[in-house]
Amino acid sequence: MKMTGAQIFCESLKREGVDVIFGLPGGAVLPVYDALYDYVQRQELRHVLVRQEAAAGHAAEAYARVTGKVGVCLVTSGPACTNLVTALADAQIDSMPIVAFTGQVPTHLIGNDAFQEADNVGICRPCTKHNYLVKDVKELASIIKEAFYVARSGRPGPVHVDLPKDILLKQTEFAYPDKVFLRSYNPTVEGHPGQIKKAAQAILKAKKPILYVGGGVINADAAPELRELAELTQIPVTMTLMGIGAFPGDHPLNLGMLGMHGAWYTNMAVISTDLLIAVGSRFDDRVTGKLDAWCPEAEVIHIDIDPSSIAKNFHVEIPIVGDAKHVVARLNRELRQLDDGSWKESRDAWWQQIRAWKAQHPLSYEWSDAIIKPQHVIQEASRQTASLDPIVATDVGQHQMWAGQYFIVNKPRHWVTSGGLGTMGYGLPAAMGAQVARPDKLVIALLGDGSFQMNMQELSTVVEERLPLKIALVNNRAHGMVRQWQELFYNRRFVGIDLSVCPDYVRLAEAFGILGLRAERPGEVTATWERALAHPGPVLIDFVVDPEEACFPMVPAGAAVRDMVLAKPMSERPEEAKARAAKLTGF
Amino acid sequence: MATDASEVRRYTIALLVENRSGVLSRVSGLFSSRGYNIDSLSVGETLDPTISRMTIVVRASQPVIQQVVKQLHKLLDVIKVIDLTDEEHVSREMLLLRVGAAPGTRAEVLRIADIFRTKIVDVTPVSYTLEITGDESKIGAIIELLRPFGIQEVVRTGKVAIARGSKALSRKDQARLQQLHSAPRAVGYDD
Repeated sequence: MKMTGAQIFCESLKREGVDVIFGLPGGAVLPVYDALYDYVQRQELRHVLVRQEAAAGHAAEAYARVTGKVGVCLVTSGPACTNLVTALADAQIDSMPIVAFTGQVPTHLIGNDAFQEADNVGICRPCTKHNYLVKDVKELASIIKEAFYVARSGRPGPVHVDLPKDILLKQTEFAYPDKVFLRSYNPTVEGHPGQIKKAAQAILKAKKPILYVGGGVINADAAPELRELAELTQIPVTMTLMGIGAFPGDHPLNLGMLGMHGAWYTNMAVISTDLLIAVGSRFDDRVTGKLDAWCPEAEVIHIDIDPSSIAKNFHVEIPIVGDAKHVVARLNRELRQLDDGSWKESRDAWWQQIRAWKAQHPLSYEWSDAIIKPQHVIQEASRQTASLDPIVATDVGQHQMWAGQYFIVNKPRHWVTSGGLGTMGYGLPAAMGAQVARPDKLVIALLGDGSFQMNMQELSTVVEERLPLKIALVNNRAHGMVRQWQELFYNRRFVGIDLSVCPDYVRLAEAFGILGLRAERPGEVTATWERALAHPGPVLIDFVVDPEEACFPMVPAGAAVRDMVLAKPMSERPEEAKARAAKLTGF
Repeated sequence: MATDASEVRRYTIALLVENRSGVLSRVSGLFSSRGYNIDSLSVGETLDPTISRMTIVVRASQPVIQQVVKQLHKLLDVIKVIDLTDEEHVSREMLLLRVGAAPGTRAEVLRIADIFRTKIVDVTPVSYTLEITGDESKIGAIIELLRPFGIQEVVRTGKVAIARGSKALSRKDQARLQQLHSAPRAVGYDD
C-alpha cells in the first residue's frame, strides 16, 4: 500500500508498540501532525502537547524509565531541535532509551540557511547514541525500525531521526521490516562464563564485600537477580543516585546511596571493602571522589553491558561484559554450586563493623521547632506514602540529594531523576512523563524552587492532561546547592543564588487551575501532605524551608571520600534560628 | 607502571567504517570531544565500496588510547578497529612540494630529488614541483634538505598504514566481512 512519509511515520510507531508521543508542532513537521490527526481520532496514538521542547524529551525519558519501553518525542526543526538537545544529552549520560524525531527543512533547502534550519544531525551527534537524516522516503520505515532497536538494545540511549519536510510528503510503498541488520553493532549480552566463575570464587573468598549498584541494573530489569545475589551471601548493597530502587530501600542489607552525599557509614563501608562488586554502574566522579584514595584494598568485579565503561576510571580485576540480568543470574547459579558456607563467619564481623559505623554517625539532621527542615518534608512524604509505592521524580540540587537520602524507594522504575547530566528543570516534565506512563500510580514531584522556575510553564500540560501530580517545592529561595558550595568553598561570597524575587507559588498554582498549598512551620508539614495526598487532582505545595540548611554528609569535590564533612562547621544557636524564622515567615 | 601508562606517544589506528556521510565527523568528533589532537587522518574506499578505511595518527597516553579504541568500537558506523602501533606495519605518506629553482641551484635541487627517488611532476623556469612518497623520516629529511632553496608550498596526505602479513585482518575476519557483504543491506546508504 502506498503511503506518504508522514503516514509511514505513524504506522511505524504503531508497529513499535508506541502509544504516546510527547511533542510540540511546527512548520517542518506539520505533515506528521496532519497524519497524526487520524491516529489520535481513532485513539491509536496519544499526543501530549508540552510547552517547551526540552520537556518533551524529559517526559519521554521518564516514560522510558518507568515503563522500560522506548520513549518517543517529536518536535519541529531549528530552534525546537536545539531546545531538545538538553534532553538528548540527559538521556545519553543516563542511558535512557528514547527516539527523538525532529523536523527538517525540505532536502533541497538543507544547507541554504532556510527559515528554522539548523544542522540538527550535526548538533545532536555528540549527545546521542546514534542519529539519522532521512534522505529518501523509501528508507524511512527501516530507519525507524533501526532507531528503536538501537535505542533499546545494548547500553540503551537516545536515538535521533531528522525528518525533512519533503520526505514526509513523498509517497512510497509501505513495508515494515521484521529484522534489523547492522554489521557493526552486536552488543554482548551474555557474560563470559570463565569470568563469572572467577567472580563467584572471589565473592565466596571475600571478607568484606560490597555491592555497588547503578542504573544499569534497572535498565536490565535485573533487580530480582540482584536481590538474590545479595541475600545469598549477605552482602551489603549500596546504590548510586541512578541505582535507587534497584534494591528495596527498606531491606536490611541496604546501605543506601553512596558517594558525594552518601551516608558516612555507607562510604566508610565502601572504602574499606576488600571486594567491590560493581553492577551497571560507571564509577562516576560523584561516587568515587579522589580516585587514588577510593577502595584502596579492594579487588574489583565490574559487570557492565558497555565495554568502554569498564576500567575507564578505575582498575578492575574481573571485568564481565554483558547484560546484568544474564550475568547476575548466572553468577547466582555459580554461587549456589560453589558455596560451602565458609564466608559466614567473616560476614558477621563485617556487618558488626558496619553497624558500629552506623551507630557512630547515622544519617541525620538537626531538628528545629521554628523552621521547616527540608529533610523533614521528604521524610514525611515517604512515611505517608510508604504503602503506595509512589513514583518519585526529582529535580536537581539539594532537594534531590535529600530525596536520595531520605525517600525510601522499594521498587525499580519508581525513582526518576537526572543523574549524570544534572539537568535543572527536569523534574516537572519527568513527573508528567511518569504519570502518563503510569496513570494508576501516585506520582510525587520533589522540586527545588530554582529548578521549578526553569520549566514551570509545564503546569499547563499537567492541567491539560489531567495529571494528578503531587508537586512539592522545597523552597529555600535560593539556588541551594550553589549556595552550599559558595558557603563552604568560596568563603561565603554569595553571588547569583538569591531567588527571593519569585512568584507567590500558591497563587501561581491557582493561576494554572491547580490547588496551591503552603506550609511555613514544622507543625504544618504533616497535615499539608495529608491534604495534598487526599486531593484527587494536581497539587502544588510550597514548603518554605530553612534557606541555610545544607546537604550533609558531603565529600568536597575532588577530595577523598574518607575526608567527608559530616555537618556544617559552625552550628547555629537556637535564638538565631528563631530570629531567622520570624523574618522568613513574613515572606 | 604509572609513569609508563601516562607516557604520551604516537599511536596509529586503522579503522574500517561504513562508507556514508557523517561517519568521518562521528569518528573525528570522538577525539575532539575529549580534547585530543589528531596528527593525521586519511580516508579512502576499500575494495568493498560500502566500506572505507581510515588511518588515524594520534598522540595520547595508553589509558586514553584504550578508551578511544573502545569508544570507536561503540560507534554504529565502525566495523573494525585495528591498533597498528605495536604491530609490524608498513606506513607511507605522500608529499607534493614546490621548491624554488633558480638557474644557479636547479641542478642541485634535481640531484637531491634524484637521491630521494622523487618524481618531478611540474616544472617552471623558476620552480620544480616534486612528488615524494615515504615514511615520516624520509619526508622530514627531504623538507630539511630543500628548505635552503626556498620551499614555496607543501601538501601532505597524512599517513596510511597496513599491517605486514595477515595480522590485522585475520582470515576469519575477512570471511566474516565477505559474508556480511553478501548479506542484505541495512539502511542509510546512498545507493
